[in-house]
Amino acid sequence: MIFKAVLRVVSKLLIPPIMLFALYVQFHGDFGPGGGFQAGVIFASAFILYALIFGIDNARKVAPAWATRTLLSLGLLLYASVGVAGILLGGNFLDYSVLAEDPVIGQHLGITLIEFGVGATVSGAMITIFFIFAHQDR
Amino acid sequence: MAVTALALVRLRNLFAVVMLAGMFSLLAAVLYVVLDAVDVAFTEAAVGAGITTVLMLGTLALTTSEEKAAPRKILAPLLLVVATGAVLIYGTMDMPRYGDPNAPIHRHVAPYYLERTGPDTGLPNVVTAVLASYRGYDTLGEVAVIFTAAVGVLILIGRSRRPRKKRQPADKKKAAQ
Repeated sequence: MIFKAVLRVVSKLLIPPIMLFALYVQFHGDFGPGGGFQAGVIFASAFILYALIFGIDNARKVAPAWATRTLLSLGLLLYASVGVAGILLGGNFLDYSVLAEDPVIGQHLGITLIEFGVGATVSGAMITIFFIFAHQDR
Repeated sequence: MAVTALALVRLRNLFAVVMLAGMFSLLAAVLYVVLDAVDVAFTEAAVGAGITTVLMLGTLALTTSEEKAAPRKILAPLLLVVATGAVLIYGTMDMPRYGDPNAPIHRHVAPYYLERTGPDTGLPNVVTAVLASYRGYDTLGEVAVIFTAAVGVLILIGRSRRPRKKRQPADKKKAAQ
């Protein structure tokens, strides 16, 4: 599919807005619809589109296996460590109110952090699964 | 949606089935928007219609795109399906009317969340607050499930460039909701 000029140009135009939209969904999820799950999937779809148009090998150069796998694990680790941080600071597991001086700001910080963890794990998982599937038929 | 579902059952070409399943998800997303569940609709459109379709196409590339002819015994399955459907419809008879403010689901913890989300977290989106803060433990579990799914795929079919050519058919990992 590497010679399809229209597809290449259009996808090159589309991929940056897709990633930007994913970040918007990620960090605006507190205020509007959206959050880590949706953002992670949208972010992964940008990579999947790139892989479909430019080939798996080129996409693997952009997002190498170690990077997606690290992303996959770091997301869950971040989520869990926010929970453990709550314990260390004298609260319950996943109690964000103790993360900052003001409970409301603490809640906000905690939610932003764990949503980021969710997004990282979901996008890492989606990219990893897609690449594995796509690698098989060669 | 009913037409799509019927076509899904009738079709033998799995490529068309995957496309129709994506369409079904998109229609479900529209339905959620109509019911004012924007967050769920967003997830359904992104995961159900988007990623799942791509993953299914990837699976088709590994296996085959034609369904094997099924054995032609339809009476017992038909009876079972009709009976299950009848029980489910009978169950909905006792459901409170849609949007009824006195329904049990609206009187248990929902008022607490609606009242306390503003003062507790300062977030305008109650869905995010419930998902990430009040029910953070559940969400942690969900993320762990996604992580486990990806690791499972990695372990099952992830080792690339095996000397053996034939691999087992890819298992259909469900995309996380």
